Amino acid sequence: MELHELTLHQLKKDLTAKKISSQEIMNAILKQIKAVDERINAFITLNKETSSLRAREFDQTPWKGQMAGLPFALKDNICTKGVRTTCASKMLENFVPAYDAAVVKKLYSEGGILVGKLNMDEFAMGSSTESSAFFPTHNPWDLERVSGGSSGGSAAAVAADEIPFALGSDTGGSIRQPAAYCGVVGLKPTYGRVPRWGVVAYASSLDQVGVISKDVYDAALVMNMIAGYDPMESTSVNTTVPDYTTALNGSIKGLKIAYPKEYFQQGVDSKIIELLKKALLKYEELGAHIEEVSLPHSEYALPAYYIIGPAEASSNMSKFDGIRYGLRDLTADNVTDLYSNSRQQGFGPEVKRRIMLGTYALSSGSYDAYYLKALKVRRLISDDFNKVFNGFDVIIAPTTPTTAFKIGANTEDILTGYMNDILTVPINMAGLPGMSIPCGFADGLPVGMQIIAKPFDETTLLKAAYAFEQATDYHQLKPALGVK
Amino acid sequence: MSTEFETVVGLEVHVELKTDTKIFCSCKTAFGAEPNSQVCPICSGFPGMLPVLNKKVVEYAIKSGLAINAEIAPYCKFDRKNYFYPDLPNAYQISQFYLPICTDGYLDINVEGTKKRIRITRAHMEEDAGKLVHEGTIMTTSYSLVDLNRTGVPLLEIVSEPDLRSSQEARAYLEKLRSMLLFAQVSDAKMEEGSIRCDANVSVRPLGDKNLGVRVEIKNLNSFKALEKAIEYEAKRQMEAIEDGEPLIQETRTWDEEKSITRSMRTKEEAHDYRYYPDPDLPPIKIDQEWIDSIRQTMPEMPDKAQERLMGKYGLPEYDAALITVSPYNLKFFDQCVALYPDAKTVSNWMMGELSRLLNQNSQEIEQCHIKPEMLADMLKLINDGTISGKMAKSVFEEMFKTGKSAGHIVKEQGMIQISDEDTLRKIIQEIVEQNPGVVEDYKNGKEKAKGFFVGQVMKATKGQANPGAVNKVLSDFLSKE
Repeated sequence: MELHELTLHQLKKDLTAKKISSQEIMNAILKQIKAVDERINAFITLNKETSSLRAREFDQTPWKGQMAGLPFALKDNICTKGVRTTCASKMLENFVPAYDAAVVKKLYSEGGILVGKLNMDEFAMGSSTESSAFFPTHNPWDLERVSGGSSGGSAAAVAADEIPFALGSDTGGSIRQPAAYCGVVGLKPTYGRVPRWGVVAYASSLDQVGVISKDVYDAALVMNMIAGYDPMESTSVNTTVPDYTTALNGSIKGLKIAYPKEYFQQGVDSKIIELLKKALLKYEELGAHIEEVSLPHSEYALPAYYIIGPAEASSNMSKFDGIRYGLRDLTADNVTDLYSNSRQQGFGPEVKRRIMLGTYALSSGSYDAYYLKALKVRRLISDDFNKVFNGFDVIIAPTTPTTAFKIGANTEDILTGYMNDILTVPINMAGLPGMSIPCGFADGLPVGMQIIAKPFDETTLLKAAYAFEQATDYHQLKPALGVK
Repeated sequence: MSTEFETVVGLEVHVELKTDTKIFCSCKTAFGAEPNSQVCPICSGFPGMLPVLNKKVVEYAIKSGLAINAEIAPYCKFDRKNYFYPDLPNAYQISQFYLPICTDGYLDINVEGTKKRIRITRAHMEEDAGKLVHEGTIMTTSYSLVDLNRTGVPLLEIVSEPDLRSSQEARAYLEKLRSMLLFAQVSDAKMEEGSIRCDANVSVRPLGDKNLGVRVEIKNLNSFKALEKAIEYEAKRQMEAIEDGEPLIQETRTWDEEKSITRSMRTKEEAHDYRYYPDPDLPPIKIDQEWIDSIRQTMPEMPDKAQERLMGKYGLPEYDAALITVSPYNLKFFDQCVALYPDAKTVSNWMMGELSRLLNQNSQEIEQCHIKPEMLADMLKLINDGTISGKMAKSVFEEMFKTGKSAGHIVKEQGMIQISDEDTLRKIIQEIVEQNPGVVEDYKNGKEKAKGFFVGQVMKATKGQANPGAVNKVLSDFLSKE
């Protein structure tokens, strides 16, 4: 295999053994990006010079750390000091933060080298990267299709071997859905497990930073680096972080797996259901106990999400007012025009749509009927999961109802676009850890299997994912990009 | 016949809590610093930044709650109040709307001898906004500058019930509230620096009517005087409108200090929809009884307790005790002075008399003026041991106030030693008597006031330095011998 095709743990092993150099890795990565990214469009900003320089420095005077001298990339809503952070929006097209997000500090302190910033839906609002103000990211398995979103750049870059792993963020499925569409591994940790300080907020009570990688072991490795308590964040939870790699031993004898019937119903592609059923049989074969359960409030999750998410977004987006940073309309001659012109020009249609939805949901007169009701629904969804987890270790379901759709297919039909999140949103509503791993192909397109675990039990989540991965070879298949 | 009206007032008071750092970040809160020198990405609303609550703010809010006899909520939350303004970097203010930290408090006020209990609806924590700086006025300036030093300074908003019935009561309530906050040591509570700010809700109704009239909120009340004048103006305006049959509308008005009038800012229809909702970045706050109890134990002596002490231990009249406990600075001054000069009533008299007069005259506060408790005590000792007379003391005190010099120093410098020596006095009296034989005659014929004439003449001759007691004694001896 070529260097750029290797996983983080493989690269780490070879680099530590001095079989390869950091520069060789970096050169391979940059070469692959150059070869394919014109067609994929995963990167918004490429740190070509700086990352080459850092690799050279590492080779001269190596430093220590769990990913010393190894490359990574970030979704472009994760702030990086001195490197522009656009959120794929015109609003922040030229915004260069003066600070690193907490997760970036962690990866730097482990010796990682930032290669670049990845495309996404504008301010993480969307499921296809089509709402990016710059360009959509293409699916490496079929360039006419979307990469998924909102962390579509992250998933496509990993799938196209442009980077061994990338961080993304997941508010309603934004890590798991593009991971499923691109045939890679995506992990959304428990809410509060990974610091979100320095990650531009979309919906604060749902946002969580996570990892997109080529295999489960890398996801565990990266979790070891980014998980932990952050006193700078009030919603961060102070519990010990285990070594996530130790549980990856392949043995899942006696593991209790639930599969909710509501996730295997009409609306989900029959080929996807078939693949999931096969996967469940595989688990049974591996010694797990599988059983159908019900999560009765599932159908209310999506509408409630499209109240709570936009409500929080409507106030989170307010700070982009053209006063202190970001796009500013210079023709305005009073402050009201300055606000409306700057926001009119800076935000794309999907962001505006969600601001309006959220503003309406919170306005006096509709607060009780919409926002408060949605919060109650959220509690019921959470209770559904709690009941199931009384008797089970993990829940398994499809990640998405369909495989990757064609670019432009849903741009007119907004609601169909929103339906993409139907199987992932409930997990955010309940704050649970969830993961998508490859479980096969339908018509040549990757299909993702979603695994959900109890709060802060990423260990069991990874263990279950690893066992399946080791028993299958879907994660080793590569899209044919026509470059070798 | 015209109707008799009643004024109904409720106050919303914003108090700056004097924590060293801001409510959601670690920036300093010092007053008067260089613009934008106390800001960070968090309080200036940069993308990705998150708030972390300063525990000290909660502690101060609890202290304040105890000072206003309020219930401290075991569970409270922060909400976002959404509106756009350039001094509000996030375009939402983090405040407490649904579940405030304090509810159901009260303060007792005393207006011209009438005591009254004013109920307090609630008190909640919030962050302050920044400040816009214009050249000239906001209407004529070509641009505005934004200073975010104040953004994130912790505030407590204390809302009273509409229990106040006059401008005097409103003033008394605000003074009492200020005093309680000063005693609790949670705020500098300086109106002129804006560390205590007040909005008044004013309505009028026919006397005896149970329903409240149309409420008008008045903003921009920057002094006690402004508060009183604005309430008086507004009540009169409303009464006249009703009598003229003009409709009143619920609106927000601003106090125009220069013209001494209130002007309309916005009506209810133009009011913002703040779209309050729980701040998802801040989990609810749980306050257990233990914490409240431990704070209660660290509470300093509050004015009501102090007043009892002054009346009981020192036998001061209620009037004196009430005035001395108006502020902790007065009380501290009194306590320190009495420790050095135990005649409490004399100390009280000087504080309420000369000291208070000079402070008013010079618009100074007791804690900033030249006179320190030990200086007053030293001066009182000089009166007591006969070195100076009470009359001399007044001019000595004024000099002390002006220069900060000690009484002893001033007395020495100006040669102001009291003449108590009887021989010296006798010689002076001898001369005066000789020059005024007629008056001696009058005295002998029973005109008592003739004696007063002699005392006056002695004082004149000694430039006021004669000891009045000694003069009286020598004079009586002298006249009875004549």
